[in-house]
Amino acid sequence: MKDTNKIKESKLPYYLLSIPAVALSGFIILVPGIQTIYAAFTKWNGISPHKTWIGLENFRQLFGDWVFWQSVKNNCLWALFFLVIPVTLALLVSVLMSYHKVGNKSFQIFYLIPYLLAPTTNAIIWLNMIFSPNAGLIGFLQKVGWDITSPLGNRSTALFGVAAVDIWHYWGFLTVIFFAALRQTPKDQIEAAELEGANGWQMFRSVYFPNIFSTVRLMMILILIYSFMTYDYIYLLTSGGPAHATEVLSTYSYTMAFSAFKFGKAAAVSLVIGLLGGIAAIFYTFFSKNEELV
Amino acid sequence: MKIEKKHRHGFVPALIVLVVLSFISLFPLALVILNSFKTHVEILQNPLSLPTKMHFGNYAYSWGVGKFAEGFLNSFKLSGTAIIVGVVASSSMGYVLATRKIAAWKALTFYFMMATTVPLQMFMLPLYSTFTRLGLIGNVYAVGATIAAWNLPMPIFLMRTYFLKIPKEVEEAAKIDGASIWQVFRYVVMPIASPGMITVASIIGLFSWNEYLLSSTFLQSEKNFTATLKFLSLNGTFSRDFSVIMSGAVIMVFPMVVVFLLLQKKFIEGMTGGAVKG
Repeated sequence: MKDTNKIKESKLPYYLLSIPAVALSGFIILVPGIQTIYAAFTKWNGISPHKTWIGLENFRQLFGDWVFWQSVKNNCLWALFFLVIPVTLALLVSVLMSYHKVGNKSFQIFYLIPYLLAPTTNAIIWLNMIFSPNAGLIGFLQKVGWDITSPLGNRSTALFGVAAVDIWHYWGFLTVIFFAALRQTPKDQIEAAELEGANGWQMFRSVYFPNIFSTVRLMMILILIYSFMTYDYIYLLTSGGPAHATEVLSTYSYTMAFSAFKFGKAAAVSLVIGLLGGIAAIFYTFFSKNEELV
Repeated sequence: MKIEKKHRHGFVPALIVLVVLSFISLFPLALVILNSFKTHVEILQNPLSLPTKMHFGNYAYSWGVGKFAEGFLNSFKLSGTAIIVGVVASSSMGYVLATRKIAAWKALTFYFMMATTVPLQMFMLPLYSTFTRLGLIGNVYAVGATIAAWNLPMPIFLMRTYFLKIPKEVEEAAKIDGASIWQVFRYVVMPIASPGMITVASIIGLFSWNEYLLSSTFLQSEKNFTATLKFLSLNGTFSRDFSVIMSGAVIMVFPMVVVFLLLQKKFIEGMTGGAVKG
């Protein structure tokens, strides 16, 4: 009896070590997260602690509001843009970098710099230096006679304009990730393919791509999740305008909470964001659990 | 002839693509630097022209009117809090998940995996209400801790992979020699895990420094603004003076680029750590 007690190590320290993360995430993420779910079914101004239960009324109102559907549509378009443009670009460039081999460290730094800068900084730079009709590149091209206007001012192009800035800031990050994954391609596979005289496309299809497939898949799921919560660049560049043309669920929810003080309804929108992201998150957990849970 | 042989087929087209994309990445920033030395009128006339005279005074002026000193101090407080809280919580939890000594490790792993992708909107509104009641609106430390909590899962899994690298035998040997778990953690585990902690600190530092949605919502009143928010309000008040905005932008960009060049290995490791299993 005594001996087994001695060998059996106390588990208390491990529980104590769990406390910081569990407490932090519990108080800041989990409890407010559950409150959000509850608040979605109530009428709540966000200031008073009192919430009035109104069942599905918030959702009924949302589903009858065209701005809500406009936001859902824009989030889906956003996901489509990001799943196609940065992913294709990053795949192409990371493969070119692996193939090219010279100057990769510098290219990596150049492509990453926009990603490192704050969304506020990037948005202000683009608003003033590129899109501004007074001082920006577009304004200058207008003066020298080009037929060009800021895409942000036009309902049909605003979303593309905002997405362009966000993609400009994001694609380098994806490239660096794919490049890191490509560098783990076994050397003998590359050499064997080269000996057999594989061309660029064949190299990509049968050597590089299979090796980075799991990374690409994981990143595409993350992009899908982030597309449903995207906020910064849209709010900073257009605030969802003009006339809701760039409204997404997060800006819609934000305006509802902090301009109209309809926290209950805003929580309902948050819940929609959470559910859309949650579906993608299940895939994320599924595909990465093999690594973490075994 | 010789040069052509050295390089592989397609070298030049590949180089052109890579250089053009570098140009696209850096062009807006180059415009900013160029125009930061010019006067407002010069910028209006032609944003692409070289400055006729270098107006270094633009920087001092922006620094003053933008209250950047206060902003950077707030940013340091906020990011410092986020880094300390994030590193402590992620390394201790990462250790628990790596050692699997308690039965809850599976549930905790699952919880933090799901939390990796939780949208800010899922918890921000009730948290705002709670912070208002607790008088924490405008408190940079509280916002720093919140950002750490939001960005906790990825650092936890990064730290976990570091702890898994520690050979079991080393830990066991220390325990047989009579070391307590605290001593093992402090003298055996921490030295091996400290590069991971630096990586985690760089990544949390970067995220919290650049964070916008939480900070702009929770840090109301100008004196609590971080550098990024100060710059945003400078852009609002000086929208008629482009030289102020451009030199302000350089003040925002320059430190970030310097820190990145110093810590680039850590940043890149931290960014790729979640997606690329090394």
